[in-house]
Amino acid sequence: MSAPALAPLLAALGALASHWRRRPGQLAALLGGLAAATALWSGIQALNAHARASYDAAARELGGGARLVAAAPGATIDEGVFAALRRAGWSVSPVVEGAVRANGATLRVIGIDPVSAPAGLAPGVFGGGSGDDGGDAGDGGDGGAPGGGHGSRAPGEGDAARDLAAFITPPGLALAAPETLAALGLSPGARPRAQGGRPLPPVRPAAGAPPGALVMDVGMAQAALGLEGRLSALALAGPVPPAAADLPARLGLSMREAPAGADLARLTASFHMNLDAFALLAFLVGLFIARAAAGLAFEQRRPLLRTMRACGLAASTAAWALAIEALGAALVAGLAGLAGGRALARALLPDLAESLNALYGAQLGAELAPGPAWWAGGLAMSCAGALAAALGGVWSAARMPALDSARPTAWRRAQRRRTRLQLAGAAGAGLAGAAAFGALGGLAGGFALLAGAMLSAALALPAALDLALALAERAARRLGALAHWAAADARQQLPGLALALMALLLALGANIGVGAMTEGFRRTFEDWLEQRLTAELYVRAGDPAEADALAAWLAARPEAAAVLRESEARLRIGGWPVALRGAPDHPTYRERWPLLSAEPGARDAIAAGRGAAASEQLARRLGLGLGDELSVPTPRGPWRLRIVALFADYGAAEGKLRVNDAAMAAHFPAADRTRMAVRADPAAVPALAAAVAAHGPGAPQVIDRAALKARSLRIFERTFAVTAALNALTFAVAGAALFAALATLARARLAQSAPVWAMGAPRRALVRLDLAKTVALALGTSALAVPLGVATTWILVAVVNVEAFGWRLPMHVFPGQWLRLAALAGLTAAAASLAASRALSRTPPATLAKVFADER
Amino acid sequence: MLSVTDLRKTYPAPDRPVEALRGASLEIGAGEAVALTGESGSGKSTLLHIIAGLDEADSGSVRVDGREMSGLRDGARARLRRARIGLVFQQLNLIPSLNVWDNLTFQARLAGREDRAFARALLGRLRLEGLERRYPEELSGGQQQRVAIGRALAHRPALVLADEPTGSLDEAAADRALDLLLELTRDAGAALLMATHSLRLAARLDRRLHLSGGVLREAACGGAGRAAGMSAAGGGG
Repeated sequence: MSAPALAPLLAALGALASHWRRRPGQLAALLGGLAAATALWSGIQALNAHARASYDAAARELGGGARLVAAAPGATIDEGVFAALRRAGWSVSPVVEGAVRANGATLRVIGIDPVSAPAGLAPGVFGGGSGDDGGDAGDGGDGGAPGGGHGSRAPGEGDAARDLAAFITPPGLALAAPETLAALGLSPGARPRAQGGRPLPPVRPAAGAPPGALVMDVGMAQAALGLEGRLSALALAGPVPPAAADLPARLGLSMREAPAGADLARLTASFHMNLDAFALLAFLVGLFIARAAAGLAFEQRRPLLRTMRACGLAASTAAWALAIEALGAALVAGLAGLAGGRALARALLPDLAESLNALYGAQLGAELAPGPAWWAGGLAMSCAGALAAALGGVWSAARMPALDSARPTAWRRAQRRRTRLQLAGAAGAGLAGAAAFGALGGLAGGFALLAGAMLSAALALPAALDLALALAERAARRLGALAHWAAADARQQLPGLALALMALLLALGANIGVGAMTEGFRRTFEDWLEQRLTAELYVRAGDPAEADALAAWLAARPEAAAVLRESEARLRIGGWPVALRGAPDHPTYRERWPLLSAEPGARDAIAAGRGAAASEQLARRLGLGLGDELSVPTPRGPWRLRIVALFADYGAAEGKLRVNDAAMAAHFPAADRTRMAVRADPAAVPALAAAVAAHGPGAPQVIDRAALKARSLRIFERTFAVTAALNALTFAVAGAALFAALATLARARLAQSAPVWAMGAPRRALVRLDLAKTVALALGTSALAVPLGVATTWILVAVVNVEAFGWRLPMHVFPGQWLRLAALAGLTAAAASLAASRALSRTPPATLAKVFADER
Repeated sequence: MLSVTDLRKTYPAPDRPVEALRGASLEIGAGEAVALTGESGSGKSTLLHIIAGLDEADSGSVRVDGREMSGLRDGARARLRRARIGLVFQQLNLIPSLNVWDNLTFQARLAGREDRAFARALLGRLRLEGLERRYPEELSGGQQQRVAIGRALAHRPALVLADEPTGSLDEAAADRALDLLLELTRDAGAALLMATHSLRLAARLDRRLHLSGGVLREAACGGAGRAAGMSAAGGGG
């Protein structure tokens, strides 16, 4: 297709535009469809990009990729080791990292030495990331840099020097991202208290600080975390001295890359892919509206195109004009869609942030700032969507003969041909999805299977409805002329409504599939929580000493039947973060702790320290099964454990291993033992909880069973809030598609209904029949959405969830939900049909009679 | 069979209202065939639409087969139309979703007066045998025209209203279609009022009425009429 001359192109564009001036509703459908598609897609992209940027910020903060000297997993380094390495010529800088609870949130504490820290460590806080200039750092403003210097930068003068001094001298400074302070409700200078009552340094906003973190001097961090005299790692700030290269190994230390953000990106990849998949589905549903409007507009403009061709317009120029028109619509709708997408992302961000925090411990910044790539990407998607919607018209225009037949479209013949093509496409899409699932496997394969199933069902829908209407037409013959006409007319109406009904089918299928998965998950999760929360009270002390004192105090209380102390160490196995949990051998666990599967004598093997129970997601990630052996790295060398049981651990991204507490203490002497579960008489729980909360110098965290369950369920609800919102929006867009299709067809419907009215059928009866036809089509689509929805549920439960989260849920179906959705679809169709039927019921007879004079 | 008295109809227009009918009156007896001529936009279609109850006059009266049409509500007009009136339009307005047989019998079924034997005989006289299962888009223009004529007669109406029924046909085809229309309406004993531009075709009917400037007048027939009819009286204006 060669580039056309300008004059005929402009003339063609002007003539084509006149169509839209006469049909603003159709134009609104086209632009609205594209805008909705772009908004849903770009909104999710903004959220995903924002989350990934937050992970990157977190990764940079601890020098993602920087070299660290570290102890064995779960262990810390004595400060004396730091001194020994420095004396031996190692240029290392101390790092302390941990988590504290403050103001109701868990915060990551990062302690650094601003003077010796290497460039790249905490770069965002100290002057914008590059770390190679000190000039604009430390201005004491929102950037909050304490001294403009770390490692390569010497403390400056004036404000910078004062800030550095404030950072390293008591009470110090805790630098945090402004959104973190806002979320905590802290104003600059406030001193939050950590769990245990320890005061933290005064906070100061720092734009470059990672979300959810407090960056402070290493000494302040040690105090905040109760790690006096201990370090988490040593950051390498210079070359390794050859003479003492083996010193770390001799001290039981090893060199490794800082993994900080990589884990988050890896753990959350599936979560974001899930969102991408839903966004793509929503985009496609929006595109159906645009496609329906563009297709109808092309058919209505066929005579115009024919006339222009007869007047000397080249076929290629006509095609160019249609393509340019589509791109123009894409730009207008794309900009509107991007604005909508940004608003959508802002609305969904709090739920997404809480989901990611609950599932992965990830912290997201509160401010969305989509970059130029996002704007460009959104417009590109809008243009691609518009071209896809207009492709059929462009293709037809390019091939249209100058003497194109003026006869009205032979719809019946065209429908037969279209049906054959759609059925072939349906079979192809289904087979392609299944083949991709077999070839790709994993999450990508699961989504390919899902996409294949949805596309296949959508393409098969018109043929299935046509068959159902053909049977209805046969049956309706006995009911009278009007019923017979209504069924036959519905068949004829089908091609015009097919795209909107396909969109409705996809929305219903996704709603049924996701709804059943979510509801099934909710039930499974509630049952599981009921069993899993075995104790009446859960307590976490501020530090080990306080935990020991608290455990002794609790053991002496008559209302506490048992105090079950649990220990925890965090390590990496097979490249994945793993929480190793130790629990005592107690009837509470033996009798009530739920297992998915176990070897005979599993509980005895765990109690003896020979075996471990692995969480379902860890077992899947590492390919572990019952009877497999696992080597666990410990400060005292590898610990070989047999996997004797598997347990469900819904809602946790991190893999878990459960072992006996005493055996764990032998391998991890420095493990965190601040958690405990308390068995008590339920009636005594409130008083006991209050007593625990008031115990000791610090204020231990304490939560009873009911509150913990409620909190878990609340997190569950928020986790699925984004999915539910996308589902609802997709359904709304499908409803809009149906509405737009019926509205644009209303004028054409008039030409079909008017002759029947002229032959003596009352208008009220025609309106009722129109309503019944549309509702019947929506209900038929709902019925066909049920198998699609059940298939979607199965793919989500058996493939996507397993790959994305690592757990397999039981499959549930909810017929009540099908009926509710069918009723909703029927009501949506009725509302859309009634609006369209107004054309028939309210058109004055004189206008209606003109139908017989107009060319049809 | 049809009695129209002092019909008036005015349409709003940007400059000034257009008086489409200015006191039109006419009477047509059973079995009589009357042509209605006039220039484009003279109000022929408006008059037919008002007689059929598709449109309402500002004032005046229409009686079909003894029943007053004016003042009836939409539902009642629809009942009268489906039982007593047959319509043939230039654009034919066949129902594209129904086949030939269903189109032919549609109004009869709608009126609850389906007579399959009569419809089958009609099909034969219209030379449409073997085409019953075809759909309108699969027929030629002439075949479609014959289906439209058959549909207007299959329920045995008292009055057939035809609006340029041969407008889209060539002369020979138009003659054949008119032959058929006249023959069938005569056999059915129905009155026929046919709007046409063609004086040649109009001359083949019993009488001719001419509509000009909203005024209806009896015009010279110019050909062999079938029977003397009641005179039309133009009034008003």
